[in-house]
Amino acid sequence: MSDILTPAFIVSVLAAAIAAGTALLYACLGELITERAGILNLGIEGIMLMGALSGVAGCLWSGSAWVGAAAALAAGALMASIHAILTVGLRANQVVSGLALTIFGTGLSAFLGRNIVGVPPPESFRRLDVPGLAEIPVLGRILFQQSALVYISFAVTAFLWWYIYRTRAGLRLRALGERPEAADAMGIDVTRLRALYVIAGGALAGLGGAAISLGTNPGWTEGMTAGRGWIAVALVIFAAWNPARAAIGAYLFGGVEAGQFRLQTAGVDLSPFFLNMLPYLFTILVLVLSTREATRRALSAPAALGRSYTREDRG
Amino acid sequence: MAEPGLLRGYRIERVPSPPRGSVAIITVLSLLAALIFGGLVLALSGENPLTIYQAMLSGALGNWNGVAETLVKTTPLLLAGLGVAVAFRMQLWNIGAEGQLYFGAIFASWMALYLAPGAPGWLLVPLMIVAAMVGGGLWGLVPGILRAYFGASEIITSLMLNYVAILFSDYLIHGPWRDPQAFGFPGTPAFPDAAWLPRWGTTRVHLGLLFGLVAALLLWFLLRRTRWGYEIGVMGENPRAALYAGMPMARTIILVMALSGALAGLAGMSEVAGIGHQLQRNLSPGYGYAAIIVAWLARLHPIGAVLVAFLLAALTVGGDQLQMSLGLPAAIAPMLQGTILFFLLGGDILTRYRLVKRTPALAAVTRENEPA
Repeated sequence: MSDILTPAFIVSVLAAAIAAGTALLYACLGELITERAGILNLGIEGIMLMGALSGVAGCLWSGSAWVGAAAALAAGALMASIHAILTVGLRANQVVSGLALTIFGTGLSAFLGRNIVGVPPPESFRRLDVPGLAEIPVLGRILFQQSALVYISFAVTAFLWWYIYRTRAGLRLRALGERPEAADAMGIDVTRLRALYVIAGGALAGLGGAAISLGTNPGWTEGMTAGRGWIAVALVIFAAWNPARAAIGAYLFGGVEAGQFRLQTAGVDLSPFFLNMLPYLFTILVLVLSTREATRRALSAPAALGRSYTREDRG
Repeated sequence: MAEPGLLRGYRIERVPSPPRGSVAIITVLSLLAALIFGGLVLALSGENPLTIYQAMLSGALGNWNGVAETLVKTTPLLLAGLGVAVAFRMQLWNIGAEGQLYFGAIFASWMALYLAPGAPGWLLVPLMIVAAMVGGGLWGLVPGILRAYFGASEIITSLMLNYVAILFSDYLIHGPWRDPQAFGFPGTPAFPDAAWLPRWGTTRVHLGLLFGLVAALLLWFLLRRTRWGYEIGVMGENPRAALYAGMPMARTIILVMALSGALAGLAGMSEVAGIGHQLQRNLSPGYGYAAIIVAWLARLHPIGAVLVAFLLAALTVGGDQLQMSLGLPAAIAPMLQGTILFFLLGGDILTRYRLVKRTPALAAVTRENEPA
């Protein structure tokens, strides 16, 4: 065991944590802005799968990973628009609609992807060192010897943090989730904006799928997201609806994933089945702890989360 | 209030309690719309939807063999669907039926192979039923406790436990419970004959179906005719009122989750004792997830769940047949299941709201009531 805990090993695990956590981060940010707008989307797993498939398909069709990423964004947005129509437009039950989206996305991606299972995409997002920054000792290796999708996720996280906490539009977004009645009274079109955020969130989750299928694990296989969409939903609670904390959570899980793989190759004497349980058990633990913390420090969910808004019901 | 042009002169009114007839009509229309939409998706991906639907229908219900297979698949869908329905009644979103099914199967196998392998059938089968309900119940209890005492979302915890249960089952099959004499696919040794549920004639339809029907009746009685069933409904619809009425929320959350898990666990027992006669990989092709659709399509009604479980079983068997007859993936079935749920959810708005023509007097009243 002593050869595991060398500095070089730790740095490589941290770098791998960021690489593996990026898919989770995109998905988590997508769910985060959706929930900030007051809508719960449990369809993230299905959206990610469609994103992963569309990423590979787009890349196979065009030869470019960037086209694949764009296809994943579009597929995510399209999937989420079903949820938007049902929950925002028709005020359907958000829990059941999200579950339906996951079941639908799982089945549809398996059906549509039947002919490209295991076909390697012609291009994927490979390591792309940032000139200069990559040479910084330790930090350079961890943060700046990553792929383009990772760098974009840094930017998206920073942008969303700024957007939510520092702009007028972000204030409106928070109003949608906290008090849609007040937002409506302020002249905000609640229905339209909520729908837009659900769709934008779906696009991010779709890109999260492509971060796997064109990033860490190139190619398409059925159900390849393996529950990451659900972990992303749990992470939003850990993140207390804050994009910066979402990044911390996503990298923590990326670390569990990366560490689990490395423990396996280091020959740790634990059944791989138990090692594979770690991310799921860890999710439960993190969820319980962060729910407790959220209650104690009043970092609660958007007040109107999960509640559909109808003007007629306004009290 | 600015009305959209389309609705000028009308207003949308909430229907207090939708009549049963209209709910049934909407359900059937939603099903049809879902099939049409699913057909479009299939057509767009270059398949002929009519050929596919016909192959699915004849595969599932076109001959006695198909009907029997549909009944075989009805069993786990019904039992797990009942479990999901009882939790959903209390607005407890237990989506861990899949894992609870696996744990039921694990406990039943434990009983049959290691705890009471020598017991005669009249004793062993009931023991396995109890073991499975305890196993599934424990697996449902965990998210229940985490929700009741820590406020952790049962949606996430119950789902995470699905993955854990399946991995644990795989561990047992590949590790301590592996049949050393087995070649090829790993699995436990076969159960003693006494643990095999009797089958109907030469078909694979087994006693588990009866468990499902009995469970549906018992659950209907529990929900409709007992005080506890009534309280579950109140706590789901209006937790604040339930709290003021002094109903024991935390205890009921835990009990309902355990009951929900126990029913799914029974589904797992009936699969291993009725079909596989051993614990093996891929025990369930997602029955626990389809159970959510069964529950919702049946409007959380236990008797309705019988019909819906049969319907979804036919869809599943039809999907399996596609693989053999047309070489198409069985994933078409879950895709259609998801679509059905979409249309059902969308169709529900027609039962919950109605358009009322705005008469001048009524319009004045509405305007008066509008907050400034």
